[in-house]
Amino acid sequence: MKFTGTVIKYGDNVDTDVIIPARHLNTIDVNELASHCMEDIDKDFHKKIKPGDLMVAGWNFGCGSSREHAPIAIKASGISLVIAKSFARIFYRNAINIGLAILECPAAAEAIENGHKVEADLDAGVITDLTTGARYDTTPFPPFIQKMIQNGGLVASIQKGDFC
Amino acid sequence: MAMTMTQKILAAHAGLDRVEAGQLILVDLDRVLGNDITSPVAIREFERIGATKVYDKDKVTMVMDHFAPNKDIKAAEQCKMCRSFCENYEVTHFYDVGRMGIEHALLPEKGLVVSGDVVIGADSHTCTYGALGAFSTGVGSTDMACGMATGKAWFKVPSAIRLRLKGKLNPFVSGKDVILHIIGKIGVDGALYRSMEFTGEGVASLSIYDRLTISNMAIEAGAKNGIFPVDEQTLAYVAEHSDRKPVIYEADSDAVYDETYDIDLSEIKSTVAFPHLPENTRTIDEVGDVRIDQVVIGSCTNGQYKDIAEAAAILKGKKIADHVRAIIIPATQDVYLKAVKNGLVKIFIEAGCVVSTPTCGPCLGGHMGILAAGERAVATTNRNFVGRMGHVTSEVYLASPAVAAASAIAGKIADPAKI
Repeated sequence: MKFTGTVIKYGDNVDTDVIIPARHLNTIDVNELASHCMEDIDKDFHKKIKPGDLMVAGWNFGCGSSREHAPIAIKASGISLVIAKSFARIFYRNAINIGLAILECPAAAEAIENGHKVEADLDAGVITDLTTGARYDTTPFPPFIQKMIQNGGLVASIQKGDFC
Repeated sequence: MAMTMTQKILAAHAGLDRVEAGQLILVDLDRVLGNDITSPVAIREFERIGATKVYDKDKVTMVMDHFAPNKDIKAAEQCKMCRSFCENYEVTHFYDVGRMGIEHALLPEKGLVVSGDVVIGADSHTCTYGALGAFSTGVGSTDMACGMATGKAWFKVPSAIRLRLKGKLNPFVSGKDVILHIIGKIGVDGALYRSMEFTGEGVASLSIYDRLTISNMAIEAGAKNGIFPVDEQTLAYVAEHSDRKPVIYEADSDAVYDETYDIDLSEIKSTVAFPHLPENTRTIDEVGDVRIDQVVIGSCTNGQYKDIAEAAAILKGKKIADHVRAIIIPATQDVYLKAVKNGLVKIFIEAGCVVSTPTCGPCLGGHMGILAAGERAVATTNRNFVGRMGHVTSEVYLASPAVAAASAIAGKIADPAKI
């Protein structure tokens, strides 16, 4: 799977309360969740994002609550891939389970800047900053997880008999 | 290869003799938990799977605690969706207003978790049950849905860090101070993807309730789980609350840990986490002059009877500061009733506090105590992120019940030993 898009960048410890504030957890409507995504630290996020854009962030992205509304809101906003220095563990598995592509790569997340055009190859674990030409290698997901992402998430994997 | 306590529980539930860190495994679940905000998403995914029944109607558990009693029409609809699901699928353990409590206080109290269990919950503080020697961890709604349908979850076997405890806590210092001290030391991602395994002679001096508070906030250090060895106190607690037989797993004596931290409990002081991360800790003698507007005593972290009683002991015969609102939230109906019977509620009301029905409400900025712009709260809750309890410019200071009670009286963050 390959992704190309423009980067929107954030810092370290972006928590689930800022990704989708709890006051909006009284709905499971994905578009409504997307309309409030990141609003407490970036009021215009929803308006700025174009389908296919990439999010880049620092350490411990998605820390805090287990709310799946967080990756759902990011995905429904149009973000195709999140690259971070590291992910909080529940966010990490939630992203995989719902089919939001993520890549952990400290070097790329450090160097890539807001507004850069970036291409990422999930299967090979390669990220290319098209703006600077720099290439970053990261460890690809193990086959079990790659298959889940290819299937479109955990539910689709169960439907296809790939889970248990 | 030697295994940690967590690895042993996971191996047993995966039907394997051994597992090692990094290995991907499929694990049998003893309980699958959700609440009123995560279960609706799980129900939608459960239906997408096309499942016709839950894997075990006695093991699926839903607790209406976050926005309940319903804070608005949308919240009411979400609880209704959970209620209908549990009726349709004959889920035994559905806890609604009047019977519910804050989930992570309720499950141990109802005996729904015992030592050796594997529990997943669509709530990040599911790691609480590590206090009882169970492997429990927070997951998302899709994991909950698949858990409800199949009774299984996928895990990457974690490595562990070891927290070796010695000594005893000083008066007015409790489990909350221990975990805040640890998070201050290792950071909010200090245990990322890993287990926190608590060991050492100091464990015996910690009550089960202190351990529940400590395990509860393992997630605030990024950990997958935070687990205590099973001892006489654990077995006594489990026997009092459950008919099920606990299974004791112990780490191998030569188990390998990524890091070991030695912690002397007698050196820990009352500790406060300043905004906006739980790692921004200061000891009580370093806090300075922080005027506050609100105090919240409760939550899955500190809503047990022991917590409420520690606050009451400080508030007894005193009045809270005129400019402070103090909200006391016993975590379960049993805790509430005991607080009524033992006169704690009278103490709180006479001191000028309000006492609420169990709810997660203010902890996550849901309802029952939202902060206005620029307001500050001392809370016994677990997170102090931007906007967590209300307006984005409001501030949450995390502390123990004793510090929170003392602060309510002083009108600013205060040392319970000096009130």
